[in-house]
Amino acid sequence: MGMTITEKILASHAGLEKVEAGDLVNVKIDIALGNDITLPLAIEELERIGIDRVYDREKIVIIPDHFAPNKDIKSAENCKRIKEFAKRHQILHYYEVGEMGIEHALLPEQGIVLPGDVVIGGDSHTCIYGGVGAFATGVGSTDLAAAMLTGELWFKVPESTKFTYRGKLRKWVDGKDLILYTIGDIGVDGALYRAMEFTGEVVDQLSISGRLTIANMAIEAGAKNGIFQPDEMTEEYFRGRASRPYRIFRSDPDAHYVEVKEYDTSQIEPQVAFPHLPSNTKPISQVGDIPIDQVVIGSCTNGRLEDLRVAAQVLKGNKVAPYVRLIIIPATQEIYRQAMREGLFEIFLDAKAVISTPTCGPCLGGHMGVLAKGERAVATTNRNFIGRMGHLESEIYLSNPAVAAASAVRGKIAAPEEVVKG
Amino acid sequence: MIFRGCVWKFGADIDTDVIIPARYLNLTDPWELGQHCMEGAVPGFHKKVKRGDVIVAEKNFGCGSSREHAPLAIKAIGISCIIAKSFARIFYRNAFNIGLPILECATCSDQIDEGQEIEVNLNTGEIRDCLKGQLFRAKPIPPFMQELIRDGGLMKHLAKQLRR
Repeated sequence: MGMTITEKILASHAGLEKVEAGDLVNVKIDIALGNDITLPLAIEELERIGIDRVYDREKIVIIPDHFAPNKDIKSAENCKRIKEFAKRHQILHYYEVGEMGIEHALLPEQGIVLPGDVVIGGDSHTCIYGGVGAFATGVGSTDLAAAMLTGELWFKVPESTKFTYRGKLRKWVDGKDLILYTIGDIGVDGALYRAMEFTGEVVDQLSISGRLTIANMAIEAGAKNGIFQPDEMTEEYFRGRASRPYRIFRSDPDAHYVEVKEYDTSQIEPQVAFPHLPSNTKPISQVGDIPIDQVVIGSCTNGRLEDLRVAAQVLKGNKVAPYVRLIIIPATQEIYRQAMREGLFEIFLDAKAVISTPTCGPCLGGHMGVLAKGERAVATTNRNFIGRMGHLESEIYLSNPAVAAASAVRGKIAAPEEVVKG
Repeated sequence: MIFRGCVWKFGADIDTDVIIPARYLNLTDPWELGQHCMEGAVPGFHKKVKRGDVIVAEKNFGCGSSREHAPLAIKAIGISCIIAKSFARIFYRNAFNIGLPILECATCSDQIDEGQEIEVNLNTGEIRDCLKGQLFRAKPIPPFMQELIRDGGLMKHLAKQLRR
């Protein structure tokens, strides 16, 4: 029997010819990622056992992005701590405010994470790099510390589920809707411990940005990783961008899947996930009348240039509704610069949106858009758990950037068709 | 290892934002984190819990973020063990890595009452309701995970190996 792409990457990094689901393997790590939330605890773990060294300074990435630019003194202390660690160990990939972006948008953009890599990160959305054909998974701080120290980590090879998307994509439907629809179908533990492999003619045509959005939310179905087969588009994306050579892995035709799901995308409308789980989805036509106070367009899920372009398309010539706040967060400095060059900022400012420096900020209720008691937000982020964006009695509705922008204009959850002129 | 404590029951899909809201992630001290543990679900939880108490939950406990602050906060307030129908995978790894025992049991949350005293035998996976005498069997902890707990977590386990 053949192997899935996930099995092949794990086997190659474990120095084995073949692995099967359920095998416990020790794999070499290509990139270990830490941020201002998770790295301080990892540093404490290293200190606890009294070892102040790292396995390979070129394989560690450190990015202050969650509560940076520093939101308070404690966050500042954490950012200072990870900066000092980066300096002390001469970490190659350290990005200070001014260069930094949201980690999961920055790493593919800078060609640091590549197809065929094994990537672990002290952040659950590390699974995003499956969008470019890497095995990538989120870990806690202790695993991160172990990987930084030894260059290896143990994994149980996950079973794989194949998700195939066929048909046409409706207007205003993108990667976000496909993954929300899928999570709505299988539930927040529908892929628990598994690899989600995304295939089919629809995803073959999806941009790298759209694939990243889908892989990003594999964790919201409980998956260990989400993954796409790298193709021409992937190789084109990394041309002139890849920081080192890389290997392309693809699933064998006779690879084993514990489950196969097929979706006809012609039936899928833009989706909205209602509070308080990403699986609590409804098609936009069935949302009803839900007034809102805030809209956030950004995050590792939907803060890339393509997302901002879609938002601008909807916002052009429109204004944000009275008493509603629209916060737009380009995910990296490069995206920020490009959006500015393309004139998207003019459109955002004319619409009365604010444009933030890159940060995870409001996605996890940190800063730059925290909700008050009883407030409702539409967000292009990835989680709508109780209290995620602020007060325990606030509400988050997850959507794609077009629906989020339209909702800001209407002051209630709205379809893009309701506001796009012509 | 045998624990005895009273049960605190929780539902399905208890996420890491409920266990420890992200606004407290600027903290790293386990005791300080513990002061906010589960505050969204049970206000003042840290004051109500007695050392040795056990959390019994439905499926997918600890879903969401990779924050190790979640199991750290739970451990810091004195919870000895978590029993759930299933655990989110990052939480599962994190709990063992920091030395917080967790057990998967399909029936405990359906049959054990809130506040009930139970006895948990980690070695055998047996869980006993001290009042009714009812016995439950959890999935055995994989040998590698048992080794982690014996060594006091992943880093101590690694340090032991590196010293060899």
